[in-house]
Amino acid sequence: MEISSEDNNLMEKVLPPVEQESDVELETKVKKYLRGEGANLETLKDKKLKTQLASREKLYGKSAKAAAKIEKWLLPAEAGYLETEGLEKTWRVKQTDIANEVDILSSRNQYDIVLPDFGPYKLDFTASGRHMLAGGRKGHLALLDMMNMSLIKEIQVRETVRDVAFLHNEQFFAAAQKKYAYIYGRDGTELHCLKERGPVARLRFLKNHFLLASVNKSGQLHYQDVTHGGMVASIRTGKGRTDVMEVNPYNGVVALGHSGGTVTMWKPTSQAPLVQMQCHPGPVSSVAFHPNGHLMATSGKERKIKIWDLRKFEEVQTIHSFHAKTLSFSQKGLLAAGTGSFVQILGDSSGGSSHNYSRYMNHSMVKGYQIEKLMFRPYEDVIGIGHSMGWSSILIPGSGEPNFDSWVANPFETSKQRREKEVHSLLDKLPPETIMLDPSKIGAMRPSRRKEKPSRGEIEAEKEVAIEAAKSTELKNKTKGRNKPSKRTKKKKEMVENAKRTFPEQEHNTALKKRRIGEDAAAELPASLKRFARKN
Amino acid sequence: MKIKTLSRSVDEYTRERSQDLQRVFHNFDPSLRPMEKAVEYQRALTAAKLEKIFARPFVGAMDGHRDGISCMAKNPNYLKGIFSASMDGDIRLWDISSRRTVCQFPGHQGAVRGLTASTDGNVLVSCGTDCTVRLWNVPRPTLEDSNISSENSIEPSATYVWKNAFWAVDHQFEGELFATAGAQLDIWNHNRSQPVQSFQWGTDSVISVRFNPGEPDILATSASDRSITIYDLRMSSAARKIIMMTKTNSIAWNPMEPMNLTAANEDGSCYSFDGRKLDEAKCVHKDHVSAVMDIDFSPTGREFVTGSYDRSVRIFPYNGGHSREIYHTKRMQRVFCVKYSCDATYVISGSDDTNLRLWKAKASEQLGVILPREQKKHEYNEAVKNRYKHLPEVKRIVRHRHLPKPIYKAMAIIRTVNDSKRRKEARRKAHSAPGTVVTKPLRKRKIIKEVE
Repeated sequence: MEISSEDNNLMEKVLPPVEQESDVELETKVKKYLRGEGANLETLKDKKLKTQLASREKLYGKSAKAAAKIEKWLLPAEAGYLETEGLEKTWRVKQTDIANEVDILSSRNQYDIVLPDFGPYKLDFTASGRHMLAGGRKGHLALLDMMNMSLIKEIQVRETVRDVAFLHNEQFFAAAQKKYAYIYGRDGTELHCLKERGPVARLRFLKNHFLLASVNKSGQLHYQDVTHGGMVASIRTGKGRTDVMEVNPYNGVVALGHSGGTVTMWKPTSQAPLVQMQCHPGPVSSVAFHPNGHLMATSGKERKIKIWDLRKFEEVQTIHSFHAKTLSFSQKGLLAAGTGSFVQILGDSSGGSSHNYSRYMNHSMVKGYQIEKLMFRPYEDVIGIGHSMGWSSILIPGSGEPNFDSWVANPFETSKQRREKEVHSLLDKLPPETIMLDPSKIGAMRPSRRKEKPSRGEIEAEKEVAIEAAKSTELKNKTKGRNKPSKRTKKKKEMVENAKRTFPEQEHNTALKKRRIGEDAAAELPASLKRFARKN
Repeated sequence: MKIKTLSRSVDEYTRERSQDLQRVFHNFDPSLRPMEKAVEYQRALTAAKLEKIFARPFVGAMDGHRDGISCMAKNPNYLKGIFSASMDGDIRLWDISSRRTVCQFPGHQGAVRGLTASTDGNVLVSCGTDCTVRLWNVPRPTLEDSNISSENSIEPSATYVWKNAFWAVDHQFEGELFATAGAQLDIWNHNRSQPVQSFQWGTDSVISVRFNPGEPDILATSASDRSITIYDLRMSSAARKIIMMTKTNSIAWNPMEPMNLTAANEDGSCYSFDGRKLDEAKCVHKDHVSAVMDIDFSPTGREFVTGSYDRSVRIFPYNGGHSREIYHTKRMQRVFCVKYSCDATYVISGSDDTNLRLWKAKASEQLGVILPREQKKHEYNEAVKNRYKHLPEVKRIVRHRHLPKPIYKAMAIIRTVNDSKRRKEARRKAHSAPGTVVTKPLRKRKIIKEVE
């Protein structure tokens, strides 16, 4: 009897290997949906609150598990991939090979549109990837429907167009023209002329906040709320002219790349930058943000692409490559770098926290084409390339998110759905104060401000460390008779004195304490006066 | 070499015919939704504001009585009807949906002090200061009577005269007995003209009585000697009694947790007790500034409504110290009785100004049939508002209530009085030997002693 029950227990504990693997997979998925650690309920003393929070945490766990299971079984589409066998390398695969392997519908996405007269083209896609806006330097603006490959509207503004951007949907777009920026409607009518900004170099739209951000030729940053047209902020960066500007989709901060090699991050409510990072020895050519908000890629003229972790503001990886004039991240984390007529796609070979970008695919276009802008198309395995002779589109398997959410971005939207979505997103419009480096802080508890005073032992230890550091600094060897030993010792003594001076309170406190009634003295007091004796 | 790219066929992702519903696809991945907490916060703010915009709790008033309303009774078998009685002996049955009187029950000579409906709802029992207990046959509502224009008056089926004036009456939940409170507690049967049993403890009159919904033989009473007593009909004497500092005007048992009872006290607070352990209150509900006259639980057992002498009606959560909602009108004077409707949607208050008023239990609720999508949206708004209701902006909107000036001023005075008392107590404690000054917890403070 006992032996058989032991056997039964063993059977229950050892799961078949297939189920074990899927458990691990499910665990990682569940972690993603849990969105961080649970609350620490041990420190709570209020029992009612503790039980309420415990039941809520349980509910979160359940919903995360349900979401993980849905992701595993119920999502309609799977991501694209490119797998090579044997000695083949992924970066040797050409677009023609891909066209031979995939279906007709996908091969329609590979094309070159040649428009040599109108200058280098800049591109923008709507959030759902359905519409594309192409703006040529010589004034050609074209709005296209990518699903049907049809041209909705094209206009010739007869002025230099430096940048184009969609507003919240395809009904409105903005173009940065020679003197001012203009907002156009879907049928090409000019709706607004944004005179306040001056000659704009780059335009970007912050979707959740309905803010149109731009940087102009004198390096001023402007934020304008497009729902009521008021200018929310005009910030003088003080770093001179730049035309490298990107928006971090995770938290809505705007990053500018400067000619001194610094990347600064801005939010509309402050006049000083949030962060200043020295990224490159020379001017920053381009900046790109990973959709998860933790990674930033920058490229400089010294032919290096650097990947930065934005949580610690540390460099994660340096890629020695060409001078990448334009960078772009895809929804799945592939990095595209373009220079001249060559595009290189880098992929993350190791998952998890360590990032290791390596060559994934290459594409060279016709020799004369100069690439102006690279942009991955959302929810498709396609990258749009805007260049000096028009624009092209090539297939990159595995770059797009396979499953869209109809409430976030729906490529198959009807006009009724589009109108409803516009109203809902206006109701959910965030005020500009919510732009911050860590957006998950909203609704969180503010940590208590009172800093605990360090104990005496800790202060002593710190003092020792400071003195050691002062003693061990190497003094510069001076020449021409200025390096006398007496002067050197004097200087060293001065440095140790300075280090000691930052810890003055200890002596002061001990002096005060001597004046108080000691504990022995307190014992001698009569009972009624005991409450006046100081307690140490 | 294996290559696959995303290609979506339009047929899979759009509907076939225009009669079909649009197809909706979900991906719950958090990376598709940047700044989701800020968006949720914004939605919570909007939900709080919308709730305030749609908060119109007053549905209507039922007037017809010629004197202040002293008591009400509800019939669990017939949700639409409510009985009410006034100080001049006028008893009426109201139809809540049309807010008109269905029939009247004249007969009492003085004020009617207690009303209750029997278990099956066919008999109405009333008692009053004219020392009589009257039993009435309630007319069964039929489909033809839906538009009643005539007001029928009905004769009592039985009148029992007894020795003293009565203060309250309540019927057993599943049984044939009812109890009246007067000089002592009497237990009657429908068919007997004299009480079957009598209980007395002390010489003071019993002012309210309530049967337990779970145990048919247990009832709680409150007397004018500031006590609450629990009786068991199977024993010959009382089971438990506690004496408090102020008199309890009314008692209600929690229908979902029948061992818990809540007492509406003269000092403006309601005390929730566990019936098995009466020496300490489970919860003290404090928000009224004057005596609480009546209390009734919602059928869900999660909330109760109280009516007070300070002209307001408040709704409290069953385990919370402060009220969720306050209802007041300029025309509503002292509220003497309140009832929570049996479908947990309405609250009915009867007051001194001869009107019964009908209020919504949830002030911003949309009445009538709601589509499932609308219902989901309401639930989502409620949930997201509750998640962020501790943040200052949302809290300010959710908490905001307009109070009539006398109540507002009285609350400020009470607050300063309590603060200064607390400060004095703290100082006394700090300047005396530790252990000499003992602060009793609030739950025990108002209970003087428990007697077996």
